[in-house]
Amino acid sequence: MKKIAKSNLSALFAKINETKDLYVPVKNGEQVNFAAYSEEAEVDLTALKTVKSPKDAFFPQSENLYTCFNEQGKISITPEELQDKDFVVFGMKACDIKGIEVLDKVFLSEPVDSFYAARRQHGIIVGLACDKPEESCFCTVFGINPAEPTADVAVYDDEDFLYWNALTEKGNALTETLCDLLEDADNTAVENKKKEITAIAEKLPYANLSLEGWNGDALTEKFDSPIWEELYKPCLACGTCTFSCPTCQCYDIKDYNTGNGIKRYRCWDSCMYSDFTMMAHGNNRTSQMQRFRQRFMHKLVYFPANNDGMYSCVGCGRCVDKCPQNLNIVKVIKAFEKGGKA
Amino acid sequence: MQKIVERAKELLADGTVNRVLGWKKGDMCFNPEPAFFETAEDLDENFVYGGFCGANLSKYMIDASKLEGKTLVLLKPCDTYSFNQLINEHRVDREKAYIIGVGCKGKLNIETIKQSGVKGILNITENGDMLNIETLYGNTEMKYSDALLERCHVCKGKEHKIYDELIGESQDTSDRERFAEVEKIEKMSPEEKFAFFQKELSKCIRCNACRNVCPACSCRKCVFDSTKFDSSQKANTDSFEEKMFHIIRAFHVAGRCTDCGECSRVCPQGIPLHLFNRKFIKDINEFYGEYQAGADVDAKGPLTEYTFGDCEPSIVKERG
Repeated sequence: MKKIAKSNLSALFAKINETKDLYVPVKNGEQVNFAAYSEEAEVDLTALKTVKSPKDAFFPQSENLYTCFNEQGKISITPEELQDKDFVVFGMKACDIKGIEVLDKVFLSEPVDSFYAARRQHGIIVGLACDKPEESCFCTVFGINPAEPTADVAVYDDEDFLYWNALTEKGNALTETLCDLLEDADNTAVENKKKEITAIAEKLPYANLSLEGWNGDALTEKFDSPIWEELYKPCLACGTCTFSCPTCQCYDIKDYNTGNGIKRYRCWDSCMYSDFTMMAHGNNRTSQMQRFRQRFMHKLVYFPANNDGMYSCVGCGRCVDKCPQNLNIVKVIKAFEKGGKA
Repeated sequence: MQKIVERAKELLADGTVNRVLGWKKGDMCFNPEPAFFETAEDLDENFVYGGFCGANLSKYMIDASKLEGKTLVLLKPCDTYSFNQLINEHRVDREKAYIIGVGCKGKLNIETIKQSGVKGILNITENGDMLNIETLYGNTEMKYSDALLERCHVCKGKEHKIYDELIGESQDTSDRERFAEVEKIEKMSPEEKFAFFQKELSKCIRCNACRNVCPACSCRKCVFDSTKFDSSQKANTDSFEEKMFHIIRAFHVAGRCTDCGECSRVCPQGIPLHLFNRKFIKDINEFYGEYQAGADVDAKGPLTEYTFGDCEPSIVKERG
């Protein structure tokens, strides 16, 4: 166990940034999101949840795949280079780290996604234990411990110090490079902090949410339920839930016309959008009810069916906080538990 | 609230309406959701109307107008402007709506409460002019008027512009100058303006919540959803596009936007989108005379009517 005075954090960030790219939670107006570190950036480690999840660091909202260029009838194709520089994402929470495990299942299984794999190889995650879990948090329902981020380094914020505990080889290597700034510490403060977090986590309003009945075998029963018809109606079909979600992984591939060529890029897609999975023959989901159902079926039924029971929701609660009309996965789970309207 | 439920049940029972469009209790006190009710039992069990029922239900009436029979819709004073505008644009059917104008003393913004530093909210109760807030980390309080949505600080007044009947008292909650923020930006240099909007719009994640919630954005198919259009609706491929989406949207709703403020309410990134619309409203007021979209159901919009008194395009040069 190591520690560093919080007053000295900018030195730590600067040191990491000397040799690596560094992403930290940065405040812009009233919102906090992960962004590249700079001296001017207003780093905010107190915000529990960034608006967007940090999955951007491994799976950016939009990224070029290759560029085609037409010069007098001769077409050249330049593939985008893969990530080859180490980078650190500082301050990821336990739920968001679990979110990366979900993405791994998708992008690191055959055929491996080379863009994602390169970022995973070069990415070092410094996880920050949740100082003050909030009412919309329900990570514990998915077996996640907000006091134990399963990162390369687990960090704990306790009054004047950040406690630093390397957990992996990558974490040890990073710690080595920072040995001038980190000092040895005992475990007492961190153990107390963990107890504090666990005590709050037990009191969270969604702590006892039951996932009973949601599994890979529930496909037909859930899919055919009339409850979806009741639930989807207030949905605006915006992408707030999907774009703030740490596990939503659907993407679209498009061409951007550069005048004398194209940039082929991929960008996050949203099952809420009208052209989601649109193919040459048309769209296999033609109503908002079907698209709304897709989101929850994917997270709670299809994904566990294909991944040994692993849900693709991590209970971060961003959709709970951010849905403009206050719909969310918790309400869906509760509605099914209740069996729909009276 | 009980009066609304009782009246809604009467109207359902006597067959005046087939359904009720209102708000359903959330699983927390601050997250009610828009909902349709078809039975008295459902109303008794699930209906709610309170400080967090900020959602403007007018736009849901586009779809409800296509349903069998009438829909009882609950509209707050400012929502009625949106409803009028939708009638004016032939997007909703007045005959398919039974409107109860519900009282409003300003609606609360949970984001504002959280941004004041309140964490782990378990319950919020009204106590006169105050909100008692119970949290995982102790209790606190806040003035009701400090937790209002931005739009309530520039309230258009307590009058419902269209209704069949009224239930409840309303208050004019305006305590800020409507165009003050716009005037501040007008005084900036072009470079400062660019930097301001660049900073705000670069936060955009293209979730389209602003567009989808907007009662003026009622096109059946948005150009940004077209698969044949070069610009994707899902990502900002460059910094020009992130501005283009919002600027095109602002132009498209110019003269039709009632300033209902839903765009700013729903933006997950807190972009003050209402500023674009309010700038257009201010300019329209200056060039064509005072005009409030949705105030009069039969009004001709200043940008869709031509008069000899209209300003010439050269006004752009004269104004600098």
